[in-house]
Amino acid sequence: MAKVVVDPITRIEGHLRIEVTEESGRITDAWASSTQFRGIEIILEGRDPRDAWAFTQRICGVCTVVHAITSCRAVEDALGIEVPPAGGLIRNLVHGMQTVQDHVIHFYHLHALDWVDVVSALDADPAGTAKLAASISPWPNNSATYFAEVQDRVRKFVQSGQLGIFTNGYWGHPAYKLPPEANLMAVAHYLEALDWQRDVIRVHTIFGGKNPHPNFLVGGMASAINLDGTGTINAESLTKVQDLIKRARAFVEQVYWPDLLAVASFYKDWAAIGGGVKNYISVGEYPDNGQWRDIDSMYLPRGVIFDRNLNEVLPYDQQKVKEYITSSWYDYKEGDKVALHPSKGETTPHYTGPQPPWTYIQDYDKYTWMKAPRYDDRPVEVGPLARMLVAYASGHSDVKEVVNDALGRLGVGPTALFSTLGRTAARGVETVLLARRLEYWFDALVARIKGGDTQTFNGDHWDPSTWPKSAQGYGFLEAARGALGHWVEIQDGAISHYQCVVPSTWNCSPRDVNGASGPYEAALTDNHPLVDPERPLEILRTIHSFDPCMACGVHVLDAEGHEVTQVRVNG
Amino acid sequence: MYFPLSHPWAEDETLGEHLERRGVTRRQFLKYCGEVAVMLGLSQAMVPEIARALQEQRRPSVIWLQLQECTGCVESVLRTADPTIGDLLLDLISLDYQHTLMAAAGKAAEQAKQDAMEKNRGSYLLVVTGSIPRNEDGIYLTIGGRTGQDVLMEAVQGAAAVIGIGACAHFGSVQSARPNPTGAVGIADVIRDRPVVNIAGCPPIADVVTATVVHFLTFNRLPELDGEGRPIFAYGSRIHDQCFRRAHYDAGQYVQEFDDDGARKGWCLYQMGCKGPATFSPCPIFQWNDHTDWPIGAGHPCLGCTERHFWDTMTPFYGRLPNVAGFGVERRADTIGLSLALGAAAGVGAHAIATGIHRARTRQAPNKEPADLPVIPTEKKSEEDPNG
Repeated sequence: MAKVVVDPITRIEGHLRIEVTEESGRITDAWASSTQFRGIEIILEGRDPRDAWAFTQRICGVCTVVHAITSCRAVEDALGIEVPPAGGLIRNLVHGMQTVQDHVIHFYHLHALDWVDVVSALDADPAGTAKLAASISPWPNNSATYFAEVQDRVRKFVQSGQLGIFTNGYWGHPAYKLPPEANLMAVAHYLEALDWQRDVIRVHTIFGGKNPHPNFLVGGMASAINLDGTGTINAESLTKVQDLIKRARAFVEQVYWPDLLAVASFYKDWAAIGGGVKNYISVGEYPDNGQWRDIDSMYLPRGVIFDRNLNEVLPYDQQKVKEYITSSWYDYKEGDKVALHPSKGETTPHYTGPQPPWTYIQDYDKYTWMKAPRYDDRPVEVGPLARMLVAYASGHSDVKEVVNDALGRLGVGPTALFSTLGRTAARGVETVLLARRLEYWFDALVARIKGGDTQTFNGDHWDPSTWPKSAQGYGFLEAARGALGHWVEIQDGAISHYQCVVPSTWNCSPRDVNGASGPYEAALTDNHPLVDPERPLEILRTIHSFDPCMACGVHVLDAEGHEVTQVRVNG
Repeated sequence: MYFPLSHPWAEDETLGEHLERRGVTRRQFLKYCGEVAVMLGLSQAMVPEIARALQEQRRPSVIWLQLQECTGCVESVLRTADPTIGDLLLDLISLDYQHTLMAAAGKAAEQAKQDAMEKNRGSYLLVVTGSIPRNEDGIYLTIGGRTGQDVLMEAVQGAAAVIGIGACAHFGSVQSARPNPTGAVGIADVIRDRPVVNIAGCPPIADVVTATVVHFLTFNRLPELDGEGRPIFAYGSRIHDQCFRRAHYDAGQYVQEFDDDGARKGWCLYQMGCKGPATFSPCPIFQWNDHTDWPIGAGHPCLGCTERHFWDTMTPFYGRLPNVAGFGVERRADTIGLSLALGAAAGVGAHAIATGIHRARTRQAPNKEPADLPVIPTEKKSEEDPNG
């Protein structure tokens, strides 16, 4: 049995170490270790709750809007602030575009090189690539001349001897299955997606002033609407937004989604690999009326699936969320065996690992900065797959249409979704649907403006003198990578307690008191190959299918002696 | 974008030869050099020199370390505005180690870095995003089983220049905010034997990064820096002095509440807590995301994110700066500095290290020190005339 270490895991956000044991080409056990800790929540203590969005936003610069919006929701919940519908629609546009752009970047720039052999593209017949591309998409940039140019660049690049970011890639690994023509197509679109992602995200700049880290506001959005104004949201900026949404949708439908299906058709064996834990949660997202507490207005539904049972969607009860530290570098007052609800959360870091430099972390009982969240004492996967499964099982017509179409084209059944490939495909399904939905939200915003409703901000409780002496609240959101929750307590106008439970904490969670592994670890040991431990390409495939965001996962640190005694429970 | 694949540059080829082979005309190249000169604040008489120097360049190796951070700065560089500038500028480098984009992982990735450091010893550019956590012997960040500081100091030794991108590398940013639980510091606090350029901001505008690299390649030295290590070409002027809402400030036309009549007329955000008067940054000039807009332009007050310890000195973000009037555009950050800041930055670091993790471990209640908290007249909107 061989011990295998992959550290750093690259093409993710943040710092992640994976260790596995391997025997006869199969992974027999796995450990996921998060190796960075920052501690944002204690920093928030004593500060103005209206500033919290900016602090929590800096938890992550990749999913750069999700913590900010969730923080605003939590503070608005605590202070009883309702966001005006136009402000809510702008948030949907900003968040929706974030998710669409993030998913496409993930596919091409973070995940594709696990499936696409750049060097093999040199052997492609550009005419064959053009034929392949034309057979799956009407995208105009599909000529043989174009693909020949790209191939020429690749050739010169390889010949230059300076491979830059492609140095030491696992090129030629037997697990790469795409024909050269498909590799060339994917490489060309990798390049196009670089321009596209830079372009479409300007929706954030229009409504929030910049990207990454656009600006938000408790009570709504700061970008005032005045069609006749300068320095406001006016006809010119709305036209730009509309155009960017169109461009986003065209690329998603004509490049990303066809590419994803084409690549997937060569890797159907990965529909039986890397499933992992069998439970899924979605907290629901995209309230059409701006009111996230009104779960009936959500485009994507809230719910829980246990044991992969698509015949039953259970209601989500946030009281069932608890976190273990049995395998994590923290102490609890009551010891390592108990689990705590986030409202009672303690985070007392206590490093017990080896002094660096170290060789193996798997030899230690505690091995990560991630806590282990559990729902009803079970490990749970969150993310696009969870959202699509909950929606599919809830009978969501848009989701069912696109999922069934994809399954039909690949010739696989719904159980194929419970896999590494299923995770990647579900992300594509969601992107297709959200790219469409952006137009719906844009039209709704324009209709409101036409009707004279331009209010983007509710200032009724902006002034701290209008706040109660003490208040508690929480906010939920479905981030690109899964279910996110912030809990806040405000005392005398300042934050007295703040806690986040984050998508990558769920997915990268270590073993709990029962020895149950989290989703990464479980996926790596679920029918999982590892042909060459020196070139662990298969590990990257499954880990990347989760789209890890480690800085998000590890940030928790709250002060001792601050227990929330009451948490408002909504739906 | 700095995607080298799109414009393969042979190892022994100069940029001039490379561009010629790519079909870039002399005129296009000079136009580009002119744009860079404008960005760097140089005379157009310098354009031929920039062109000559760039043409003679060979593609340098860049090693990019990501330490304690959120990856927002990497994302910002991915959004480099003008494709032509981005392609040309970032095509100037061979990006040999960069976690977010590189194909290799684990041992193969670390080997790529070792090879690049050995082969290019003394000549590679070291780019750093993120801070160094110093508490508990640095165990709050490890990469490949080594501490962040260990990884950084190894790479610094053979670097021709060190460029820190973003507020984390500059001073530790959000994780160094009071009480700084992990003891996070900027890289200049651990790199003592050579200058560190700070491309300040949370995140900074990518065009500043590329212009700084061009300056280094053109003149074989770093651009002139202010006391914070920030290039003066980008951080030499105050937002307040370049802001297109400045006329409203001078006219006494202020937004009094978000989404009020003044907000819908694009008036000055000073009363809403704008930190533009205390912030040195190219935001109003370069703008963001292909010159689409910038924070104040989109109606939100400036957070002051290019300034050291802005999380402590510029908060509450919606609190109004006191005593703004009374200095002119000729002043630089070194002379205005943090005199405008809301709270005293002094002592933040020491305070943090003393009270951070140890306090949590020993399970004491947080030791708040009221005297150390920023005190701001947040709600006294009509108290004084800011034009004073």
